[in-house]
Amino acid sequence: MEFFLQQTVNGLTLGSVYALLALGYSMVYGILKLLNFAHGEVYMFGAFAGYGMLTILGGSSALVVPVWLALVLMFLAAILASSAIGVALERFAYRPLRQSTRIAPLISAIGASFFLQAAALLMFTANSRTFNTPQLIAIDSGIPFGPIRVWMVRVLVIVTSFVLMVLLYLWVNRTKTGKAVRAVSFDREAAAMMGIDVDKVIVVVFLIGSALAGIGGVMVGLVFGRIFHIMGFVAGLKAFTAAVLGGIGSIPGAMLGGLMIGLAEAFTTGYISSTFQNLIVFGLLIVVLLIRPSGLLGRPELVKV
Amino acid sequence: MTAPDETGIGVDEWVEQSEGRREGHTGFTAPARRLFDKLTPGSRLTLFLLAAATYPFLVRGSDVRIGITILLLAMVALGLNVVVGWAGLLDLGYVAFYGFGAYFYAIVASDQLPAHWPTWIAIPIIVAASALLGALLSLPSRRLVGDYLAIMTLFFAQIFVELVRNFERLPFVPDDLNLTGGPNGIPGVKPFEFFGFEFNGQELLGGTLPTFSRQYYLVLVFLGLLIVGLHNLNDSRTGRAWRALREDTLAAEHMTMPVNRLKLLAFAVGAGIAGLSGALFATVQNGVFPNNFNLFVLIIMYAAVILGGSGSIPGVVLGAVAIAYVPELLRDPTKAGLLFYVGIAVVLFVLVRRWDKIAATVGGVFVLGLVVRFFSSRIWDESILGEVNDTSLSRLLDDWVLNFESQRDVITSYAFVLAIVGVLLVVLATGWWKIAALIPTLYLAILVWENKLVFQPSITRQLLFGAVLVVMMAVRPQGLLGTRRVEIM
Repeated sequence: MEFFLQQTVNGLTLGSVYALLALGYSMVYGILKLLNFAHGEVYMFGAFAGYGMLTILGGSSALVVPVWLALVLMFLAAILASSAIGVALERFAYRPLRQSTRIAPLISAIGASFFLQAAALLMFTANSRTFNTPQLIAIDSGIPFGPIRVWMVRVLVIVTSFVLMVLLYLWVNRTKTGKAVRAVSFDREAAAMMGIDVDKVIVVVFLIGSALAGIGGVMVGLVFGRIFHIMGFVAGLKAFTAAVLGGIGSIPGAMLGGLMIGLAEAFTTGYISSTFQNLIVFGLLIVVLLIRPSGLLGRPELVKV
Repeated sequence: MTAPDETGIGVDEWVEQSEGRREGHTGFTAPARRLFDKLTPGSRLTLFLLAAATYPFLVRGSDVRIGITILLLAMVALGLNVVVGWAGLLDLGYVAFYGFGAYFYAIVASDQLPAHWPTWIAIPIIVAASALLGALLSLPSRRLVGDYLAIMTLFFAQIFVELVRNFERLPFVPDDLNLTGGPNGIPGVKPFEFFGFEFNGQELLGGTLPTFSRQYYLVLVFLGLLIVGLHNLNDSRTGRAWRALREDTLAAEHMTMPVNRLKLLAFAVGAGIAGLSGALFATVQNGVFPNNFNLFVLIIMYAAVILGGSGSIPGVVLGAVAIAYVPELLRDPTKAGLLFYVGIAVVLFVLVRRWDKIAATVGGVFVLGLVVRFFSSRIWDESILGEVNDTSLSRLLDDWVLNFESQRDVITSYAFVLAIVGVLLVVLATGWWKIAALIPTLYLAILVWENKLVFQPSITRQLLFGAVLVVMMAVRPQGLLGTRRVEIM
């Protein structure tokens, strides 16, 4: 029972990070019908920006500011770096291709992802970095959850991601910009004719999606300690799996998918073997794609001629 | 010569090609393009094969291996071209078929199994099995379009690598059976052998000629046969149907084309070619390892197809030659420097196009370098005392560009970021603003190159291939030798 609860908490932590990443994929896909392969790299740069801020502030063991301020600054640095990269990607890699064939932006996205990975390798080298989180927030701090204690960092990650997702949901459904986002993803041309600045909406979507990815990057660094230059690739794949699983284009779907993938991974690691976690996650997606190509909460796409 | 009005059914294609022809007759490359257009496909192939066949005579022994790499990449890229270039299906799992062929051959032609299959039996079986695997993968994917197909095939590639790496730990495999060798791969794969003649890495004709490998000619023969086969396939009914599928699947379906069967066929043909190339790769490398089939290899294949021009056979071969030869150039600092500065010159000509502006840019960069060096050396003298890369070009530049003795990594990282920002600004700016942005960008690029990139050939290669994909898509999606697609609205 204790082990089961522990794995559940692990899965929820991992799942909420995947959900944050999946939201970026899902929103971009919903609005541009583009699979942003470079999203995982945006997340990786967010993690490194957070680490950079931590180093500037003196590192985990010799912080010059209070812990809460350090955390806020780390998240801010990650948001800044990630959204800058996301918006640049949109402007330079995807916007010129908006009128071209569907295959062209995909290839461009793969190229961009590869380029960013190599850039990270050049700047940060192949060594992994550790956040040393236990020195920031004591490992025995936390809240009791049945027979186990949940580490404060995990609580922070899970609560923050849920708050962010609720905020995003409200933003998309209650605000004027959110309405514009929904309109553009429903029909871009018609939205443009109604006086919506489509380019601006797309930039905003990239900005928010990338910022969420950056936050996810710092969270992963905090919980799992290690960050490295190729961390974005597999995380990006899994987040995309989550987005597809929940139904791409749907915000609650991305959350549901992220949590499911996280739990599936945690239970595979806990009960079977960590060797097969990727196999099982990818296998899960292939099965879901085959049975329900539009995902669990997605609506099937109608093709207009 | 066929007059245009006689072409009948293919008239659209003729119109499409005529635009490509007109395009080829302007600019720097016009004479070469005109000559290339005059040649028939047969004579192009003959010329290519002749040039390729003399290559081992022109280089030293070990460099023949580079030639083998180039030919293999050309083969596997031609297979990818069938799926991506002709049928227009984005297959990101292609590298798994390559790996499947390689592992299959490695297993039946090494000590993994007690039975060694003769090559002439193994090869057809491998090709057929790979094609079958491709067809099987496309069976469930036939409902998926575009992005979903891409992601599913990408997962397939990931699963393949995971399976190969963890084969002996799979639940249904007995402990003593380790077919794939896990992370260690399979060493000691036997060379091809046809009726007693072994295609090993030894010299040909009893060593009377300079050292070159039998394997090179083996791969060349396979490549030649493949090109002939693909050329005919492209002209066939199936080839035309594939292109129709690529242009508009829905319209093709309404013209009663069997869309699903065509997709399946494209996957199968591509996978078969990949399997064959994989088997050749296994024998050339004398072994297979899981990392030979990762995402980087897939990117290289895509870069070759996209750079040369997806859909065009000569284009893909040209792309493969360029993409496979670049890493070799980068390995040697002198050639790498040459490549970098020639590349900068080409970019300058393409971007600026006016002599006065080019002169202003070059002069500006030169002056900027001197000014920066003057002030920097006054403030912090370690910025000019760094170790210089030992090539004549770099020694020449040593008195001009900064060369850091300490903190080199940190400073070049910032300079790299600034250079990227500069490139983006250059893309946005127009007129003299472009020149103004270009001058510091070029200076930073040279700074990063001389201080870091020239020592890091593998990272440079990755940056280059990633950038090739992005830039080609934005600037020239049809590739070097491809024809521009006519958009029908």
